[in-house]
Amino acid sequence: MTDRRSAGFYWLAALFCLFVLFLYGPMITIVVLSFQGPQGGLTFPMNGISLHWFYRLWDGLGVVDIWAAFRRSARLGAVVMVLTVALSLLAGLAYRKRFAGSNLLFYVVVASLIVPSIVVSLGIGLEFRLLDDTVKSIAEALGLEDFGQRYGTAMGLFTSGLGAQLTWTLPFGLLICFAIFNRFDRRYEEAARDQGATPWQSFAYVVLPIIAPSVVGIGLFGFTLSWDEVARSSQAIGDLNTLPLELEGLTTTVTNPEIYALGTITTAVSFAVIFTALGLMAILRRRAANALKA
Amino acid sequence: MTVAVQDKMAVNAAAIEKDALPGRTPLFSRALPAWAQALPLALVFLVFFVIPLALTVMVSFWDYTEYSLVPAFTLRSYAEMFESCYERLPDLCVTFKTYLSTLKFCLSVWLISLVVGFFVAYFLAFHVRSTTWQIALFLVCTVPFWTSNVIRTISWIPLLGRNGLVNSTLIKLHIIDTPIEWLIFSDFAVIVALVHLYTLFMIVPIFNSMMRIDRALVEAAHDAGASGWQTLWNVIIPLSKPGIVIGSIFVITIVMGDFVTVGVMGGQQIASVGKVINTQMGALQFPPAAANSVILLVAVLFIIAALTKLVDIRKEL
Repeated sequence: MTDRRSAGFYWLAALFCLFVLFLYGPMITIVVLSFQGPQGGLTFPMNGISLHWFYRLWDGLGVVDIWAAFRRSARLGAVVMVLTVALSLLAGLAYRKRFAGSNLLFYVVVASLIVPSIVVSLGIGLEFRLLDDTVKSIAEALGLEDFGQRYGTAMGLFTSGLGAQLTWTLPFGLLICFAIFNRFDRRYEEAARDQGATPWQSFAYVVLPIIAPSVVGIGLFGFTLSWDEVARSSQAIGDLNTLPLELEGLTTTVTNPEIYALGTITTAVSFAVIFTALGLMAILRRRAANALKA
Repeated sequence: MTVAVQDKMAVNAAAIEKDALPGRTPLFSRALPAWAQALPLALVFLVFFVIPLALTVMVSFWDYTEYSLVPAFTLRSYAEMFESCYERLPDLCVTFKTYLSTLKFCLSVWLISLVVGFFVAYFLAFHVRSTTWQIALFLVCTVPFWTSNVIRTISWIPLLGRNGLVNSTLIKLHIIDTPIEWLIFSDFAVIVALVHLYTLFMIVPIFNSMMRIDRALVEAAHDAGASGWQTLWNVIIPLSKPGIVIGSIFVITIVMGDFVTVGVMGGQQIASVGKVINTQMGALQFPPAAANSVILLVAVLFIIAALTKLVDIRKEL
């Protein structure tokens, strides 16, 4: 290739810049508008600059307890993150060997990624409803009317909600694991085994430090996908909503910049997580590279 | 490898020899069998994916009253869905209209995101020469994926709204006198928002495919006298096909089932299959919602089957 940039390069660069503007422009608008003055509305012009809408938001959004939803989402996100990392890494290790049903499991996982979320959500909703009915009728049959009345539902944040989100995060986790192990140089492990390491030791002291940056990446997917998840949770979350679900409901009812302030805060959390993860990945990658050089 | 690790291994090697005596198998000294490692993940998908789908199919054949499900086999939900659809042709019944509107979104979003995504990926893979810049610019494209879709959707409202930035700028420039009405709560708004949300799903797999293309092939095409466009058309596009197919599957299936974006950007006035299911669930009409889901699923599977004929996904990771 010649060193001179072709005309095509400048056209493509211009297209790329427009695309980035298209990607970030709206997000920037919403952040700017969240600092709207007290008299300001949902659109430009800015009517002064203030933290007014953030203070209003701090006091709560009418009937919706937005901070409880915030905490619920953070807790759920953390659990989804840990489970996504653990389960997909374990399964990723399994796929380096052969096991019965490995093909079937692979197709199920990929199917989970491409079956429309509303269908999965509805299915889980139905499953738990039928489960509730079954439990109640069993309780009745055993003469435990009292229990039947107190029972309510098995649907909830950490049962159906958690499961629904895992069907969305785990495929990403497993596919990342495939990519990790496809590129992994098995000679490091063999060297460890030759030196007498147990499978656990060679995993903990050799494999894990090398793949650590990508593992952080899986965690990043796990948390952020859960933190923003709407479609799969929608029918499966139970009585208490997560933050994005509350936010979706608010789009039709809130008519002042409070919703932008909430958007700014949610996005700030996402960005904090993203950049922490990316920073951590960079550090771990350097450490692994140095260790391998030594 | 660090000295500390090696030391540890030497120590452990000694420990293993001791443990090798019968009856002294320490925890983790033997690798877990592969099926046991895959089991937790498999269970999650069994309980929260396979069984729910099976139940959805089952309930779609159940009867229902205003208050409850009636577990008796009937085709009522399907019959109601397609009621008088055939007799009324060429006029479209509600179900056909909904599917047509959904397919229309699908097709437009797919085409736009494919063209934009392809050229963005092409720029990153073949025109950005330093790896650092490649990674940095790729991340710039990826970061929004990790932020909230609902917020990214509503962030179009201050831009496209009746008094939004686009309208007020056009009025100030005297290009128009009255605000353009179709910028928001319209098909246009839905398509803009969907392209904004999901073009990334095209960029990543196409970029991935392009990075595997042997640069010598491009060089060879160049040396053989191919123009830039000829190289693009005859070398790069055929070799990027797997990425294009995977990206297309993602975009099409997501748009087929979407109800959030269509709801918000369509002002809750535009129909989509996902929205119908969501509304029926809200009204506790489970069998019709399930029947709709089954039909949606079949439609999506047909599209995917057609697309996967073109590529083996598993080879692309």
